Amino acid sequence: MSDMLAIEARDLTKRYDSVNVVDHLNLQVKESEVFGLLGPNGAGKTTTILMMLGLTEPASGAVSVLGFNPTREPLKIKRQVGYLPEKVGFYENLTARENLRFIADLNGISYAEANQRADEALEMVGLTDSEIMEQLGPNRKIEKTVGKFSRGMKQRLGIAEVLIKRPKLVFLDEPTAGLDPKGINQLLDLISGLPKIGTTVVLSSHQLYQVQRVCHTIGILAKGKMVIQGAIDKLGREALAGGRFQIEAETEAPSEKLIEVIRGIKGVGSLEVKDNVLVISTDADLRREVSKAIVENNFPLIQMKIQEFSLDDVYMKYFREE
Amino acid sequence: MFAIIRKELADYVTSIRFVASFILVLLVSVAGLWAAREGIRGASLPEGTVFLGLFTTSGTVVPSLTYLVSLLIPIIGIALGFDAINSERAGGTLSRVLAQPVFRDSVINGKFLAGVVTLTIMVGTMLLLVAGYGLNMIGVPPSAEEVIRLFFYFFLTIVYGAFWLGLAILFSIVFQRVAASLLFSLALWLFFSIFIMLIAPGIANAIAPTADGTEAELIRNFELQRMVTRFSPNILFQEATTVLLVPLVRSLGMLSVSQATYMVPNPLSLGQSILLVWPHITSLISLSAVCFAVSYVLFMRQEIRAT
Ligand SMILES: Nc1ncnc2c1ncn2[C@@H]1O[C@H](COP(=O)(O)OP(=O)(O)OP(=O)(O)O)[C@@H](O)[C@H]1O
Ligand SMILES: [Mg+2]
Repeated sequence: MSDMLAIEARDLTKRYDSVNVVDHLNLQVKESEVFGLLGPNGAGKTTTILMMLGLTEPASGAVSVLGFNPTREPLKIKRQVGYLPEKVGFYENLTARENLRFIADLNGISYAEANQRADEALEMVGLTDSEIMEQLGPNRKIEKTVGKFSRGMKQRLGIAEVLIKRPKLVFLDEPTAGLDPKGINQLLDLISGLPKIGTTVVLSSHQLYQVQRVCHTIGILAKGKMVIQGAIDKLGREALAGGRFQIEAETEAPSEKLIEVIRGIKGVGSLEVKDNVLVISTDADLRREVSKAIVENNFPLIQMKIQEFSLDDVYMKYFREE
Repeated sequence: MFAIIRKELADYVTSIRFVASFILVLLVSVAGLWAAREGIRGASLPEGTVFLGLFTTSGTVVPSLTYLVSLLIPIIGIALGFDAINSERAGGTLSRVLAQPVFRDSVINGKFLAGVVTLTIMVGTMLLLVAGYGLNMIGVPPSAEEVIRLFFYFFLTIVYGAFWLGLAILFSIVFQRVAASLLFSLALWLFFSIFIMLIAPGIANAIAPTADGTEAELIRNFELQRMVTRFSPNILFQEATTVLLVPLVRSLGMLSVSQATYMVPNPLSLGQSILLVWPHITSLISLSAVCFAVSYVLFMRQEIRAT
C-alpha cells in the first residue's frame, strides 16, 4: 500500500429522475489496496463504479481516477482500468479465447501477445482446458463456445478478461456472484494477490465476510451516501464506539473497588454494571485478565461470556436502519 | 475501430443470417437470369444496351433482376443491422466493450462499416454471377458505357442497402428489444415498398382533386402522386435504377402528347442519365447519413448499464 491516491471522489452525485441515487459521495482509494464497496441493493454501488469509468456522467461533483477525469478523458482511464460488470456477458457464439482475443484486440494488443496473455489469464482464474474444451469425436477436442459455459465459468472468464490488459486498477462489481465455495476461495486469493503486482482493486459486494477477508479498506454505502469508510481493522471499533469484544462476567455484588481494578486493565474500554453482571467492552480477548482480577479480589466468578463484534454487526446496523 | 470491424465481419460471415441472405442472393440471381432468358428476345433493345437488358428485362412470370434486388436489399440490410446494439446490451457485452479504450461511436461505425462490406460482397457476387452467366447466354459483350452504368448501379445498390442497414441499427438503439427493432424495420420496409403506392393516389386526390378532369388538374394530381412516392427510398432506388440501366427512359416526369411526338427515341447518353438520377443518388446518400447521424446522437447519450 502506498499513500498515493488511485481514486478520489468529491461530492460525487448522480441523479435519476430527480432522486439522488449517489449523494455527495466522498471517497478515497489508495494505490495498491483492495477497497470494498458494501451496501444493500440499490445503494448506488454500481452507479458509483460506472461514474468512475466514465460510462455514466455525474450530475455534479468531481472524481479523479488515476489522475484523470472520467468524463473528459475516458480513454486514458479505460486503457489502464479493468471492469467486471455485475452481469457479465460474452459473445456466446465465440470461444473463451476468442472472446479474450477480441478484448485484447480492442486494447491494441498483438495477436501473439494476446494468445499468451489469454493462456496466463485463464490459468490465473482456474479455467482449465478440461472446462473450456469439449470432445468432438473420439479423439478430437475443440474449444467450447461461451454459450455452453456455466454461470460460474463465465464469471471466471470475466475476471480473466479484466486481467488480460494488465490493468493498474480494476473495478469488480460483485465478482463472487455465481461462484461455488471453491471458486470464491480461489478468486479471493487471486484478488488479494493483485496489490502485490501493483494493481489496485475496487470491489462491490453484499458478502461482508468475503470483503473482510481481502479488503484493506471498506466503505459502506446506504441510499447513495457513504455512511462509514475506513481501514478494516479500525472500522469495527469506531463504529461500535468501544471495543470489538464484549465480555460479560457474572459475579456477586461487585464493589466499586473491583470495578476500578477492572477499568484499570489495559485494553478495557467501557464498563457497565447490570445487577451482578459486568458488561465490559475491550479491544482484545481479555477474559484471563478479567477473571484473574475478579478472583484475586475475592469475588466469585459465576459465569463469563465473550462476544466478538465483527464488521457484520456494523454492517447489519446500517442495513437495519433502512 | 478496426478490431470491431474485424470481429463484426467474422461474425457476419459465419452467421446463419449471412448464409440465408447469401442463398437469397443466389436465388435472386438465378431468377433474374431466368427472367432475362425469357424476356430478352422479345424486348427489342437498341444496340449498346443489350447487356444491360440482362438485368432489367422481366420474364412472363418472373420479375426483372433489378426489381427483385430492390426488394431483397432492404431485407439484407435489416437482417444485418436489426439487433446490432440491443442484442449486445441484452447480452451484457456492450458495457464490457465500452469499458475498453474505444470511442463510443466506433462501436456503431464498426458495425455499420462491417455491414456495408458484407453488403458489397453480396451485391458484387450477384452482379458478377449474372454478368458472367448472362454473357454466356446472350453472347454479346458489354460496351464500356454499359460497364460504367453497371458500376453506378452497383454503387447505388450499396448506398440503398446502407440506408436500410443504418435504419435497422437506429432501431436497434431505440428499442431495447430485438423483436421490436426487427418488427419496426420490417414495417417500415413494407410501408415504403407497398403501402406508399396505395396511399399516394389518396393523398394526391385529397390535395388536388380532379373533379373537372382538365389536363392541368390531371397533371397536378399525377405530379403530387410522384412527389409522395418519392418520399420512399424504395421508389427513389427503383427510379434511379431504371434511368441508369434502361437508357431509353428519357424522363421521369410526365410528357404531354405534343412533347412525346417530338421525342427522339434515342437512348440517353451516360452523362445525361447520371444528371437525371443525381438528385436520387444524393437523396439516398443523405437519407443514410441522417439515419446514421441520429443513431450516433442517440447512442452517445444513452445510459450504458449492464442491467
Ligand atoms: N437507468 C436508471 N434509471 C433510473 N433509476 C435507476 C437507473 N439505474 C439505476 N437506478 C436506481 O439507482 C439506484 C442505485 O442503483 P445501483 O445499481 O447503483 O445499486 P447497487 O448498489 O449496485 O445495487 P445492487 O446491489 O442491487 O447491485 C437504485 O435505486 C436504482 O433504482
Ligand atoms: Mg450493483
